[in-house]
Amino acid sequence: MVHLFNFQKDTLAFDSESGALHKLDDLSAAVVQSYIEHEGQRPSETALLQLEASLGPDVRECCSDIDELIARGDLFSTAKTITPDQLYPDQPRIKSMCLHICHDCNLRCEYCFASTGDFGTGHRTMLDIETGRKAIDFLIEASGPRRNLDIDFFGGEPLMNWPVVVELVDYCEKRGQETGKILRLTMTTNGVLLDEEKSQFINQHFKNVVLSLDGRPEVHDRMRPDAGGKGSYQRIAPHFKDFVTLRGDKEYYLRGTFTRHNLDFTEDVLHLATIGNQLSMEPVVAPAGVGYEIRPEDLPAIEAEYEKLAIEIRQAREKGQPFNFFHFMLDLSHGPCAFKRIKGCGVGIEYIAVTPEGDIYPCHQFVGETEFKMGSVHDSPIQIDPAVQKPFYSLLVPDKPECSQCWAKYFCSGGCAANSLHVNGHVHGVDPISCQLQKKRLECALWLKT
Amino acid sequence: MKHIQTISEACIHVSANQSACGECQTSCQSACKTSCTVANQACESFER
Repeated sequence: MVHLFNFQKDTLAFDSESGALHKLDDLSAAVVQSYIEHEGQRPSETALLQLEASLGPDVRECCSDIDELIARGDLFSTAKTITPDQLYPDQPRIKSMCLHICHDCNLRCEYCFASTGDFGTGHRTMLDIETGRKAIDFLIEASGPRRNLDIDFFGGEPLMNWPVVVELVDYCEKRGQETGKILRLTMTTNGVLLDEEKSQFINQHFKNVVLSLDGRPEVHDRMRPDAGGKGSYQRIAPHFKDFVTLRGDKEYYLRGTFTRHNLDFTEDVLHLATIGNQLSMEPVVAPAGVGYEIRPEDLPAIEAEYEKLAIEIRQAREKGQPFNFFHFMLDLSHGPCAFKRIKGCGVGIEYIAVTPEGDIYPCHQFVGETEFKMGSVHDSPIQIDPAVQKPFYSLLVPDKPECSQCWAKYFCSGGCAANSLHVNGHVHGVDPISCQLQKKRLECALWLKT
Repeated sequence: MKHIQTISEACIHVSANQSACGECQTSCQSACKTSCTVANQACESFER
């Protein structure tokens, strides 16, 4: 499938099955459009004569070029045939874990999907060392022959349980040496308790750190107050500035959330760019009726804003002050293989979340949805409930009819199962709003490659 | 080509050993946590 689209003054053709990208002029755009109308075949003689009448004699030369691209597999390429046994080297293995260091938080963010830390449970809890070690041991055992394992220290706010963080990092490194596994640690923090000592420890031991900051002070404070209702920007932003300076070249993201209250979120991204240069800004995940949720009528404004942001990013590059925006980052030369693109995030199959109580869920966004509890690290032996896990085996791109004719399917891999659950009541669908935003972000990302 | 500029050639490949190696990062371990973005991840095959 070829996605032909205009962006600013450019026309681009993206071949979704191969990932090849081409920039077209007016003539070639019209000819490619005619190929699309002829299902990827050279247009009929009648159509070619019409094109020549309006575009001139270069039409047939352009057809020859397009035929060459087709022969090379760079345009109108055919869908790859992939069988389920190719998706895993031996069998599906859990290899990534979101470890909930605590279900408590020192902020009361209005949009928090963790219900300000307790995940809707009504009680705030801390992970203990024994439970954390059991979770890490389970991950190592469940991963079988996989070498690269990932653990995200998540919450609530993980810095509220700092002694356990330190102990478990030490345990990860010890167990990694014993087993030959490469345990890559990440952390997501709101920064309230971040100080120099913690920053140095994190920089030494964590591969990636996600720093939650929504952008402009008034935007941040509106949605991210502390337990007393006071805005948190002035406490947090200096911590992140210091952290980013100490972090140097190591991976981090200043990550914000935008809502329908700040559809001009480019200003917030540019504000984050005054603090660091690795940035992310996510649309809020929220149920209808809360007031700040993204609504269908907001989509044109958001799409225009993404385009504005892409232009700002290009201008920043040209000024020699580049910054990365997570959702516009595409690896078109060393990106994921076709298998990965079909499997997606691996929720419930390769990726799990473990709560402070030791309960196992398919991912962090399912925590608290008790029908999705898959087991406990306190069980002996630990067993994943096959009935809970079963639906997660059929979340592949080919399993979703909505994705079959979508040019973006190998970028989002069919989207987020939790988003589908919240929108559709089951994990097998797609969230139409997420799809539309994803496609616009991808157009921006592709344009930034030109 | 006079009218077409190829920015990037085909990049979605079936790996050499014809099956996934399973060594790449899970997408939610990066920066999103509320969506699914796979394409900005790097291939981490030890055999590539």
